Amino acid sequence: MGSPANGQSTLSGWGRVPVPGHEQLSENLEAATRGAVLCRGLGRSYGDSSLPANASDKVVATRLANRILAFDPETGILRAEAGLCLADLNRLFIPRGYFTPVTPGTKFVTVGGMVASDVHGKNHHIEGCFGAHVRSLRMRLASDDIVTCSETENPDLFYATIGGMGLLGHILEVEFKMHRISSPWIWMESERVGDIDEFIAALGHAAPRWPMTVGWIDCLIRGASLGRGILMAGRWATPEEAKAEPPPLPRNKTLPFEFPNWAINSLTVQAFNFAYYWKHMDHRGSGVVGTEPFFYPLDAVLHWNRVYGARGFTQYQCVLPRAAGPRAVREFMELMTKLGGASPLCVIKDCGPEGKGLLSFPLEGTSIAIDMAISADTQRIVDRLNEFVIAAGGRIYLTKDGFTRAEHFAAMEPRLPKFLAAREKWDPKRRLRSAQSHRLFGDPA
Amino acid sequence: MKAIVLGGTSGMGRAIAQRLAERGDGVFLLGIGDTELERSAADLKSRHPSRVDVGYAVCDLEKPETFAGALDAADAALSGFDAVIVTAGLFATQEKLEADIEFTRRLVTVNYANTVVFCEHARKRLLERGGGHLTVFSSVAGDRGRKPVAIYGSAKAGLSVYLEALDHKFHAAGLSVLCVKPGFVKTAMTAGLKPPPFAGEPDQVANDVIRAMDARKPMIYTPGIWALVMLVIRWLPRFVMRKIGF
Ligand SMILES: Cc1cc2nc3c(=O)[nH]c(=O)nc-3n(C[C@H](O)[C@H](O)[C@H](O)COP(=O)(O)OP(=O)(O)OC[C@H]3O[C@@H](n4cnc5c(N)ncnc54)[C@H](O)[C@@H]3O)c2cc1C
Repeated sequence: MGSPANGQSTLSGWGRVPVPGHEQLSENLEAATRGAVLCRGLGRSYGDSSLPANASDKVVATRLANRILAFDPETGILRAEAGLCLADLNRLFIPRGYFTPVTPGTKFVTVGGMVASDVHGKNHHIEGCFGAHVRSLRMRLASDDIVTCSETENPDLFYATIGGMGLLGHILEVEFKMHRISSPWIWMESERVGDIDEFIAALGHAAPRWPMTVGWIDCLIRGASLGRGILMAGRWATPEEAKAEPPPLPRNKTLPFEFPNWAINSLTVQAFNFAYYWKHMDHRGSGVVGTEPFFYPLDAVLHWNRVYGARGFTQYQCVLPRAAGPRAVREFMELMTKLGGASPLCVIKDCGPEGKGLLSFPLEGTSIAIDMAISADTQRIVDRLNEFVIAAGGRIYLTKDGFTRAEHFAAMEPRLPKFLAAREKWDPKRRLRSAQSHRLFGDPA
Repeated sequence: MKAIVLGGTSGMGRAIAQRLAERGDGVFLLGIGDTELERSAADLKSRHPSRVDVGYAVCDLEKPETFAGALDAADAALSGFDAVIVTAGLFATQEKLEADIEFTRRLVTVNYANTVVFCEHARKRLLERGGGHLTVFSSVAGDRGRKPVAIYGSAKAGLSVYLEALDHKFHAAGLSVLCVKPGFVKTAMTAGLKPPPFAGEPDQVANDVIRAMDARKPMIYTPGIWALVMLVIRWLPRFVMRKIGF
């Protein structure tokens, strides 16, 4: 049966860097969050945003609190407990003709985690972030009181919670509006793009024509073809285009063991990128695909984060504002390749206007995300990239971050004083905190 | 299937009730706590497009006088049921039980005596209409007497033997009795314990249980790996058992 947990247990985010701590699992969030310091969903944030600042902090894992409390098929309005997993939501509602208004690139997230990170998806240029579709939240505050917030009720709390990384209160329930979809299939087109300037132009050209766009870049190519890659665009297929049968259910493979640390080096990455590139060359063009390969290509291999070995990894995701121009994106790519953060994954996406969440990530411009295996050099690389991003007027995505320095964050975040004022009002003693808020906002450990 | 789930508001019972509702089976919830019952019923309704209603009634394993009435209410709401699933029970670590004799009495009463009484009520009603499924959660802890679960395991051992006997006795009459022996599953019940490397998730257990019910199996270990683990444990000589802390 197992033995009582002792002080030795650890918690980690998706990047697999552990800290001492213990999560309390409960299906009754209202009871469990009393006196809690932090909530966490499925731990898909990469860095330290779902980790305790102190090993003895009460951290509540929400994933068993997964009930759907109400659904109105007329309006699509759904109310659920914060631990409801997006995979469940998709499994239940895609066959009924509804889809979550915004989805991140993995379905193993909770709706609470989606609010706290204010996630964005391939449709950001049209639909904004998940928070834009949230109607109300039921929360337990630092004072232990339970309140409801929305655009009209406690709006300051509402907007500080959306994208607020769980620092304003524990989200107990989320009410949001599901979208109607015309079929469970996606009509997708992919095209090969020669370099980074072409990429930005292609994304800009696709945005008004396609509700969903995303690009994949081979970041290891230097010189004239820097930024070479594939642009994918999609929309929900019409009933006529859709296949007669429902899309096949995913058959997940799992990586049963950890790869040795040397498995990810620039050679293996190059091989991977090369293979990916040419695979798409063959399949180039258009056609109908299922939601799984379109939205969640990485979910097909569960625990793929183990390929990075025991030292773990991080992701650097930033957005460079449109005003900085395509030059900035090219320079960023050049700097990144020069610094040598080898990555099998580099995702590019153009974002629409900034949302209302006080610390929401996206901003009108270009977002770039790269995975980096953690090494002795990581802090230096992140610092250099952050300096570039600050100069360009951009910002980084907190849910992926584990290395940004407090002064860098303050420099890239003009909305920070407003966010801190909200925390001052709702949690003057900084009772709610994470390892990330300790690092970025100087919260007590 | 028209199923009654005692303990369907939380843990593995919740996961089973959700899977049943999703595939269109009728579900009626029994448990304590009106709010929990109401919220879980709303959840089950939302998980299936054509589900008209999911009923519930209060039924407390500590109060045997509530059993008959609750089963009758379920019977009326479902217009006859053919499956009864019991996942409810009490749990505490050996240390806590040793320190609290009153809790020991409650735990042994609920997990053995009152569960048997509830099953007798359910069994009679099922047999009256030609049989059906009686699925009850026992535990791997009941397979051998072990130091870390001495008291909890002994109640589960009694329950496992009762369920095996019930299966022998009424199988021919159409009653399928399934004794579920979960190993370590990550639920609120085991939240204070350090999970072993092969700990399971409630969803996995729910799928295993429903599959075993459909196949009319008399006993399963879940997650499946525990069949192997327990095969070894069941054959360990006493002098080895004395040494290990498992
Ligand atoms: C493969 C992969 C692809 C991804 N793609 C995208 C993408 O395309 N777009 C995007 O925006 N993001 C993306 N992400 C990031 C991911 O969507 C977010 O990190 C998400 O928040 C994770 O949800 P979770 O439930 O696992 O939350 P956790 O990682 O457990 O927690 C994240 C944050 O939410 C807080 N939180 C969680 N639950 C609650 C609650 N109930 N109340 C208060 N605070 C809470 C935590 O404190 C923490 O600060 C991706 C991640 C992965 C691993």
